[in-house]
Amino acid sequence: MKRRKFDAAALPAKSARAVDDRFQVATPLRKLLNKVFPDHWSFLLGEIALFSFIVLLLTGVFLTFFFEPAMTEVIYNGSYAPLRGTPMSAAYASSLDISFDVRGGLIMRQMHHWSALLFMAAIVVHMLRVFFTGAFRKPRETNWIIGSLLFWVGFLAGFTGYSLPDDGLSGTGLRIASAIILSIPVIGSWVSSSIFGGEFPGTIIISRFFIAHVLLVPGLLVALISVHLGLVFKQKHTQWPGPGRTNENVVGERMFPRYALKQGGFFMVVFGVIALMGGLFQINPIWLFGPYEAWVVSAASQPDWYVMFLDGSTRLMPGWEIHIPIGNGYVIPPLFWPTVVLPGILVGLSTMYPFLEARRLKDYKHHNLLQRPRDVPARTAVGAMALAFYIVLTLSGANDVIADKFHISLNAMTWGGRIGLLILPPIAYYITYRMCLGLQQHDREVLAHGVETGIIKRLPDGRFVEVHQPLTSAEGHDGHPPALDYVGWVVPKKMNRLGALGPAIRGFFYPIEKPAEAPVSPGHPPVEARPEREEIGSGESRR
Amino acid sequence: MTSDNDRRRGLLARLRGRPVVRSRGRRRLGAAVRLFAALMLAGGAYTVFAPGVQAQDNPPLTAAGNEGKALFDVSCVTCHGRNAQGVEGRGPSLIGVGAASVEFQVSSGRMPMARQEAQAMRKPPQFTDEQVRQLGQYIQELGGGPEVPNGDLREGANLSTGGELFRINCSQCHAFSGGGGALSSGKYAPSLAPASDRQIYAAMLSGPQNMPVFGDNQITPEEKADIIAYIQETLKHDGDPGGFNLGRYGPSTEGLAIFLVGIVALVFASLWIAGKS
Repeated sequence: MKRRKFDAAALPAKSARAVDDRFQVATPLRKLLNKVFPDHWSFLLGEIALFSFIVLLLTGVFLTFFFEPAMTEVIYNGSYAPLRGTPMSAAYASSLDISFDVRGGLIMRQMHHWSALLFMAAIVVHMLRVFFTGAFRKPRETNWIIGSLLFWVGFLAGFTGYSLPDDGLSGTGLRIASAIILSIPVIGSWVSSSIFGGEFPGTIIISRFFIAHVLLVPGLLVALISVHLGLVFKQKHTQWPGPGRTNENVVGERMFPRYALKQGGFFMVVFGVIALMGGLFQINPIWLFGPYEAWVVSAASQPDWYVMFLDGSTRLMPGWEIHIPIGNGYVIPPLFWPTVVLPGILVGLSTMYPFLEARRLKDYKHHNLLQRPRDVPARTAVGAMALAFYIVLTLSGANDVIADKFHISLNAMTWGGRIGLLILPPIAYYITYRMCLGLQQHDREVLAHGVETGIIKRLPDGRFVEVHQPLTSAEGHDGHPPALDYVGWVVPKKMNRLGALGPAIRGFFYPIEKPAEAPVSPGHPPVEARPEREEIGSGESRR
Repeated sequence: MTSDNDRRRGLLARLRGRPVVRSRGRRRLGAAVRLFAALMLAGGAYTVFAPGVQAQDNPPLTAAGNEGKALFDVSCVTCHGRNAQGVEGRGPSLIGVGAASVEFQVSSGRMPMARQEAQAMRKPPQFTDEQVRQLGQYIQELGGGPEVPNGDLREGANLSTGGELFRINCSQCHAFSGGGGALSSGKYAPSLAPASDRQIYAAMLSGPQNMPVFGDNQITPEEKADIIAYIQETLKHDGDPGGFNLGRYGPSTEGLAIFLVGIVALVFASLWIAGKS
């Protein structure tokens, strides 16, 4: 019998052909693999959220193998001595077992928690990028709305997860959640007793939150993330303006191999950072909080950072009760406003923002090019205002810790928060607006007069002038430089950046390529060419 | 002339209760005279039966008490007064606070205070242990009060009970980790990290500053031992199995860490990856 020769080099092509013969995937796959993505560091922020979500799924699956979502009372007898013999819920006991008795359990728990914090942080940072660059404009309003919803669904995922270990911190958080639900007029008590299966805390809430946390909410997250990414594919990614980049094209790298490899690498980096944090930084030491008991509330009981703004709004809210004289009298507690009404307004404003802006500017065109924050001062300032509002609330959520550790009176912190909440956002608006205008002005100056060289020249009449390097040698029809458009893209501000869209020498840690040509020597400035400032022109930047 | 008649009729006649018509002024004068007489009588009787005027209010101080008084007269008298009776607007009376209170305040350096503020804070102590004991002895002899028992204050302690009692009674202000927490108007519950066994015991017994008193009928000495053992052996020697504890300030520093470490590291990573083209 003749032995067939095995040709390893032909194997990929052969197997690929075999696959295509059966599934006819070559055509769609070619399209997919050739898809072009624009490249900019700020486009990777959303990926941090995506990758930390993957880490969340992986570590979360591990945790479900050992977690027991039940509130049946057990006597702890594990290896953490200071709690041995203490009655607690099975959920808390199994969380302790994960931390102390399951091999690798503690780092998995900590990675899960850190990646949850990272997921939410990356969502917010990504959202800020999208907001400040105008990436949410038509046709991408839907994706903006989905993104905002992802924040709130992630918020739910985080809160349900925070409640599961049933330690002192979880129980305190749940108690507050039940109070918030109870504060809703008319339906509050009904909703609360449906969720908790009666009076707080009941015996069912952990099991319910467990199934919400491992099935319902992640299911929703997966669905929303899929639509989010699908829309990015379908509508194509936005890009920064620049030479060769228009509203109708996408300039960047193909999906395969470069973009896919980069993303794979970035996933490894995100995973690595989460694993490092999980291994190096202790998060939520549930064994110190002890089992939840209604009469145990520790100082510095805070929610995770993305919920802290609600805690802050509650702390800042004055105790205004509204009495409605119907029947035996009805009270709307002050808690209702900062924890139900405020988030409601925030959801509405954040999801509706693209439409509000389009309506205000009467701008209903398609936009595939991004805007630099400085070029839209009003939007940037509104964003800064919202950010200031959110930061004041978040800091107020931790105001007792700040007061204690920085030796400030807690009362002063509360009043500072109340006043700051009202006056800091307008101040942030004003300052940001002026900064945007100033940055624009500087760009226009460089476009008009050239780059500052740092060389001071003394004129015969005794005046000093700085020598400017014109951006172009082109001359207009009348001998003056042609009128230069302000295109909303990077203007070189330093000699060694002349004509570059980025640094002249590329590379992050060390140069990875030689500059195409040596920069103009500052020793021989073209001083004679500049008798009048107006006569110096600048050309289109070159790549 | 009524008075003359009365006087002539004599005491007996007056005691018989014959109706006498006297002016209001005279009646009042008579009442005053009788009150004065009664007071003189009572006072005289007291003088006769009471211990002599030279008798001491307090038994003589012991040697340690005298040493303590000498220290007191130099360092404490400005605010607490010559006889530890307190000075309005400066310092409270120390009569009856006991040696426990003195031991806590002085051995932790809170007393003598540097200035009047919301709350005295821990400083390097100004007195040696021996001097603290003498000061405590003086105050104890002056007015009595709670004292910290001698000997091992964690003997036979149960960590698990201690933890439960700590979470119920202490964690509201000192936090789950014993790291302390804020109270209103600049007051605070201090960190328990530098506190010694005797200081914790003394604090529970005397309720310094804004801390409530946990007397022996609320938390028994055995339970105090459990709590002290939990603080000293578990909270301070937990070892943080999860890594660096971020100060154990709860989720607020964790939120800070994810931005300062996680987001910053990954933004640099994305700058790096996007720069590779």
